[in-house]
Amino acid sequence: MELKLFLTVIISMIFINNFILSKFLGLCPFLGVSRNIKPAISMGAAVIFVMTLSGIITWLLYRFILLPFNITYLRTITFILVIATFVQFAEMVILKKSPILYRTLGIYLPLITTNCAVLGVTVLNINNFFVKGQAVAFSFALSLVQSVFAGVGFTLALLLMSGIRERLELNDMPECFKGIPIAFLVASLISLAFMGFNGFRF
Amino acid sequence: MIKLFKELTKGIFKENPVFVIVLGLCPALAVSTSLENAIGMGIAATFVLFFSNLIISSLRKFVPDKIRIPCFIVVIASFVTIVELLMAAFAPLLAKRLGIFVPLIVVNCIIMGRAEAFASRNKVLPSIMDGLGMGVGFTLALSSVALIRELLGNGTLLGHNILTNFNPAGIMVLAPGALMTLGILIAINNLIKNRKK
Repeated sequence: MELKLFLTVIISMIFINNFILSKFLGLCPFLGVSRNIKPAISMGAAVIFVMTLSGIITWLLYRFILLPFNITYLRTITFILVIATFVQFAEMVILKKSPILYRTLGIYLPLITTNCAVLGVTVLNINNFFVKGQAVAFSFALSLVQSVFAGVGFTLALLLMSGIRERLELNDMPECFKGIPIAFLVASLISLAFMGFNGFRF
Repeated sequence: MIKLFKELTKGIFKENPVFVIVLGLCPALAVSTSLENAIGMGIAATFVLFFSNLIISSLRKFVPDKIRIPCFIVVIASFVTIVELLMAAFAPLLAKRLGIFVPLIVVNCIIMGRAEAFASRNKVLPSIMDGLGMGVGFTLALSSVALIRELLGNGTLLGHNILTNFNPAGIMVLAPGALMTLGILIAINNLIKNRKK
């Protein structure tokens, strides 16, 4: 029973409600970083990392501070501050502990603060797994799974897109479609393909 | 006076945030399923832009350079919270349809971008004009995407039946339709720009 619940969240986050292709969260990095495969992988890794940890921290904050003191209307301010501080903090720790990883993630780490996918997943966790100010069963574990696999879905879409855009560079197309417009049309076709997962039910 | 007017109009056409600078795409695509949602979102974002530009430009001399980004975020997030509460009280249906995208105005790159690029360097009055112009430009861009999507996807405009005897293409109100519409609109915009050169 529980397993089914978790599986549903995983499949839904990666395929059915893919953050980029059906929810339109995180489009800016999706268009900015999807020109080559290598930076796309680094960006995906950075996003999964930040999403997982900020998912955990914001859940704990909401459950043990915002809810008991009845200040849930401060949710947006708290969450964005947590994410911003956390990204800064992560940057410092990674720089100290693993310069190689720091070089791979590079400039993508600070960019994540303004990635709406991260704030999006934390708000979704609260919307989905708290009913009337009460945590549902397995709320924490479900939030964690949702945060991780939202990141995985984001990375998947980024990789697919960068693979296609690498080839698009060589193609001949009308001048006005070069760059962003053609990227949108490609994204539209991928998203059309992903709609096929819509009928997926357990 | 003329200069102020220029600050206002540049956001609408020449530096339109969505079509030209290509910022703030997530809400532009997600809430443009109907014209009503698009206008609601546009007004909310304009409100936040106006007041965050006002506060940030009046504080520009007191905020140390190193911590300016967190300061901007706090200012923006406060106004977003105000919008969230106001919308939940006065337009609950709209708040429900926009859903998660109301709190997400915080991370709308347009607002942060204007704070960083304009309001933190200019006087109060031009900053307000800039915020207003960008907000109106954003609203117009959103509405034009929504107009196409609602008309082709539902055959309606603001809920009124416009196209009768018409088989609506449901795909237009779904995700692929949004991406396609915006892609084509940006391409048309590029085409016009190239012609002018």
